[in-house]
Amino acid sequence: MQITITVNGQSQTDDVEPRLLLVHYLREWRDLRAANIGCDTTSCGACTVLLDGQSVKSCTVLAVQADGHAVQTVESLAADDGELHPVQQAFRQEHGLQCGFCTPGMIMATVGLLSENPAPTEREVREALEGNYCRCTGYHNIVRAVLAAADAGSDGADAEAAPGIGGRA
Amino acid sequence: MSILGTRVLRTEDPKFMTTGGVYTEDLVDERLTGAVYVTFARSPIAHARINGIDTSAVRDSDGVLAVFTAADVTDTATLRGMTRDINQEMTQTLLASDTVRYVGEPVAIVVTEQAYQGEDAADLIDVDYDPLPAVIDLHDAESDKTLLFPEAGSNTAVRYGPPQLDEHLFDDCEVVVSREIVNQRVAPAPMESRSAAAVWGEDGRLVAWIPNQGAQGTRAALAAMLKVSPDKVRIITPDVGGAFGAKFGADPEHALVAWTARRLGRPVRWSETRYENLMGMTHGRGQLQTVTIGGRRDGTVLAYRLEVLQDCGGYPRIGTLLPSLTLLMTPGTYAFAKVESAARSVVTTTTPMGAYRGAGRPEATAAVERAMDLFAAEIGMDPAEVRRRNLLPAFTEPRNNGFGALYDSGDYATALDRALEAAGYGRLRAEQVERRARGDVKALGIGIACYVEITGAGAESGDPHENATVEVHPDGSATILTGTSPHGQGHGTAWAMLASDELGIPVERITVRHGDTDLIPEGGGTGGSRSLQQGGAAVRQASQELLEVARDRAADELEVDARDLRFDVDRSAFTVAGVQQAAVSLADLAGKERLFVRAVFTAPGATFPFGAHVAVVEVDTETGKVELSRLIAVDDAGTILNPLLADGQRHGGIAQGAAQALLEEVVYDADGNPLTASFADYPFLSATEVPSFELVDMQTPTTYNPLGAKGIGEAGTIGATPAVQNAVVDAVSHLGVRHIDMPTSPQTVWRAIVSASEGNA
Repeated sequence: MQITITVNGQSQTDDVEPRLLLVHYLREWRDLRAANIGCDTTSCGACTVLLDGQSVKSCTVLAVQADGHAVQTVESLAADDGELHPVQQAFRQEHGLQCGFCTPGMIMATVGLLSENPAPTEREVREALEGNYCRCTGYHNIVRAVLAAADAGSDGADAEAAPGIGGRA
Repeated sequence: MSILGTRVLRTEDPKFMTTGGVYTEDLVDERLTGAVYVTFARSPIAHARINGIDTSAVRDSDGVLAVFTAADVTDTATLRGMTRDINQEMTQTLLASDTVRYVGEPVAIVVTEQAYQGEDAADLIDVDYDPLPAVIDLHDAESDKTLLFPEAGSNTAVRYGPPQLDEHLFDDCEVVVSREIVNQRVAPAPMESRSAAAVWGEDGRLVAWIPNQGAQGTRAALAAMLKVSPDKVRIITPDVGGAFGAKFGADPEHALVAWTARRLGRPVRWSETRYENLMGMTHGRGQLQTVTIGGRRDGTVLAYRLEVLQDCGGYPRIGTLLPSLTLLMTPGTYAFAKVESAARSVVTTTTPMGAYRGAGRPEATAAVERAMDLFAAEIGMDPAEVRRRNLLPAFTEPRNNGFGALYDSGDYATALDRALEAAGYGRLRAEQVERRARGDVKALGIGIACYVEITGAGAESGDPHENATVEVHPDGSATILTGTSPHGQGHGTAWAMLASDELGIPVERITVRHGDTDLIPEGGGTGGSRSLQQGGAAVRQASQELLEVARDRAADELEVDARDLRFDVDRSAFTVAGVQQAAVSLADLAGKERLFVRAVFTAPGATFPFGAHVAVVEVDTETGKVELSRLIAVDDAGTILNPLLADGQRHGGIAQGAAQALLEEVVYDADGNPLTASFADYPFLSATEVPSFELVDMQTPTTYNPLGAKGIGEAGTIGATPAVQNAVVDAVSHLGVRHIDMPTSPQTVWRAIVSASEGNA
């Protein structure tokens, strides 16, 4: 099937098998391999990306379902000069990653969360990330990173400087 | 000011957060151009004889290039128990030949052009299985009613400890309590499943990319399985998405991928699904323990016995010998007068057992800490007080624990006191009394665990050692080669800190490399919490030796006596005393001649970190649901190099420990079918099931290495597991409950409450 998907602002048309998963499409067809595949059951969230600004597990979306839509992956977050997005900065500052496998999905889930709820409580953060597994951090520093990113967002990082925070994903 | 001991952010992070790590499945390498894909057909049955395999339907399937069964794979090794004392008749071929012994055992290899095609094709393999009885229960296994390996004559793979237990061990005791305790089987489940890519060069050498915990050990295991010399194998370690003990060495699947690449003369890739991972990667723990503890009513424990029945799974792997580590740590932190322990490992028709974070030591701590609470409950004394009365007094000289472990130093009572103080133990007990008096549905439970563990015991022969090479480059940057193998721990930052502190080169200008056996032929890898105390110490030693080499060269360069030179760390240069202008930098010296040193650090022995954890839980007495509300941890692992990284290790370990206590368990039905072979079924810990953790600082330097460091990677699973379990039991102890096995799921807790109310504690 022919599909046209805008990924990180770039539109491309491809002819794909109907059963092709979005995560495989991103990894194999668009060479964007940050999103990882951690399970077969939509449980772990390592493949989380934004679809029209909403976080989705890209292992549970068929590439053909994304036809005509916009996908954002973690590769697009940092500025061209390498400056990290506030969520990325917070993850680094709070040591919210170890092996890194869950990180791209965790960061995109966080961006999605903060766009819907810019000032979550710790409990809200934990519930929002329930579908994103991490085996290394015990979630402690991930939660701190999300709360720190939320604080940074409310402390004046405007929507332009911090895409994904403050209602703009 | 020294950078050591400070909170340095990780240099590794930007890559993981922007383009993502390059894990084995992500690899793009020209050597892998045209790679084909391996899919394993796996046994759907726990125990059966294979009468025949028909692969004809597969060969016509889309994209299928080849199908191989055990009949084809004739030039590989037969696997046996890792030590001679393990029954050597319990053998395994890389693909099952005549018998399958667990669901998930590889039976055939399907090679396809595309990965998707393999899944379709593997379903078409027709294996004629003649079912045999499954053996799941450990007592059933030990009875030898059904033998997994008739030629072995028994299901017992190995025994540890004295052949005869002392029948008079408890003669002097006023009180004796005994209880069978389940330390259940769990799945390591790193976020990255197993994977491999392999290609043979025209020089007859294999290059294999495998996620691992030590490339050199993986090379040895792979070469042995393939029956080639290790120098014919080059392992390259891509980024590794977690390991937790389960990625040491190599598995049969890794060797089969390499074998297929050789057979076809093409590069081959394999990445397993999570479903395969939960059946095919080794599991951990899996002990049935019997603890017996006795003493006086004044709280003195006089005697303790631990008997272990270890589940080996279908074939004897590392898990078979881990009870020896459990026995090594039998008495834990206590000064019991009489202690004995024995273990027996038995095979069952389940996934083979391997190492999982802690590997034998969490089981020892869980046993003795549960026993202490049983004893405390029996004599009606506060569990903290019973512990205080029996802890070893603080010591600074090495001390034998009677089981072959030489504790280097310890101050267990201080660790316990600090944990109790941070928890507000007295207030918690008062609140517990109030809630009980009110008849609250939500009962409060407080659990304590004291622990001592062994770290840095060494993965290679001889005294524990590790190598490092440090090279300074003409541009002022530096490279470190290490025999350790980071997979999340942050060695890239930590080793750079150590070299930076000596050489005056900024952390961000130091590159740490690992995991390529052509570049680093020797190394013990990362596991057993050994890396900093040996690998880090080696980096420091190499840096210091490099400075001495540089000093001599600088003396020649500046035409002064080497003794008149002083190294100015801020300038990364040697200066001459009293002569401000005369200086030569390490970079300058490296520009004249390569400047590098390889050093091997050898430790006098293993180290023994210790600590105390306190867990606070709320248990709904009507539903049995447990909520972990607080976890307070004192973990003394000697001097901390980077608190950011050390705390991260503690958090992760605590969560995995709590996960075992609360919810995780690999379950089989009576026929040996795995009921937890997906993340939809295996209750992997999520962010909602744990609180933020409360870490208390305690650092008692060891003298066994110049860093003063002990290991900290596994402390969390060792301390937190029994602390949480004890807290759950404590919460409902007023209802007559004395013990609840892990995982303390609502159903289990509810049943324990009901059973106690019916008079069966």
